[in-house]
Amino acid sequence: MKELLLQLQQIIAAPWPWYVAGPLLAFVMFILLYFGHEFGISDNLRLMCAADGADEMNEFFKIDWKSGGWNLMVALGAVFGGYLASHYFIGPQGDIAHISAATVQQLNDIGIPAKEGATPLVPDFISWAGLFTWQGWLIIAGGGFLIGFGARYAGGCTSGHAISGLSALQFPSLIAVIGFFLGGLFMTYVIIPLLFPIK
Amino acid sequence: MRMSRYILVGMLLGFILYKSEAVSWFRIYEMFRFQSFHMYGIIGSAVGAGIIIVQIIKRRNLHNVEGNEIIIKDKNKSIPRYLFGGFIFGLGWALAGACPAPMFILLGSGYTVFVVYLLAAMTGTYVYGLIRNKLPQ
Repeated sequence: MKELLLQLQQIIAAPWPWYVAGPLLAFVMFILLYFGHEFGISDNLRLMCAADGADEMNEFFKIDWKSGGWNLMVALGAVFGGYLASHYFIGPQGDIAHISAATVQQLNDIGIPAKEGATPLVPDFISWAGLFTWQGWLIIAGGGFLIGFGARYAGGCTSGHAISGLSALQFPSLIAVIGFFLGGLFMTYVIIPLLFPIK
Repeated sequence: MRMSRYILVGMLLGFILYKSEAVSWFRIYEMFRFQSFHMYGIIGSAVGAGIIIVQIIKRRNLHNVEGNEIIIKDKNKSIPRYLFGGFIFGLGWALAGACPAPMFILLGSGYTVFVVYLLAAMTGTYVYGLIRNKLPQ
């Protein structure tokens, strides 16, 4: 029994291939539909604003944030899930990003240190120390602001539009996903090379 | 506890995105550089499976746990809103390498700096709420 559990732990700890992760994400969407809700993580940002008192200042936040309690619980669960996965299910090579050799090369070319087989999930410049460089500040605070603003303007994020919306063949979600990609490509090809290397 | 089931769903979501490395800034960068199939595989197979699930729900009139028919609301029709909003979201996604779900997951994994990211995202949402009447919808 103990061996079986250890084996199970090792299976979970190994990196999950895309064909496991993708269908499981669809399963998460299905479970939430079965519970009577639509999958969409970014709505939590609005709920948290409302819960912090924004509901008294602006009508956009006049929502009964307690009716979104289920979604806040999903976010809380994601925090727990991240904790458990990173503490008890560490992969055989540590928790690294198995990015391609071409990406490693390309990152080094623009001045972002990366090594094949030793790339962490989160880069060094996204850290408390990184906040004290203008680039780190721009990436963390600026990036956060943009996703918070953009997700509400577009009415959803990757979970709400790319997964739920496209699965339900919603044309607006396709437009939103095209927008995600245009914004992402512009940032990756035009802006990010201007930010590095960090001196 | 009715709420505990949502915590379990959230935990599953956390495991999926953490163990598939979708929470990684480097994976997002790689995706936007078209240097790996991985992220496209995750999103593509999620949507593929999702389309099948939604079609089954619709054709069989499946009911949810409360006994009501599962209805997926149509999104409002508009182009500029989704395109501009999506573009702004995409800028942030590629810059910080994390969309809203990974933000919570990474916070739990010990990358506590994502508290700043979360506060910034809440600020962005709040500012949108203040000026949305002035934006093309």
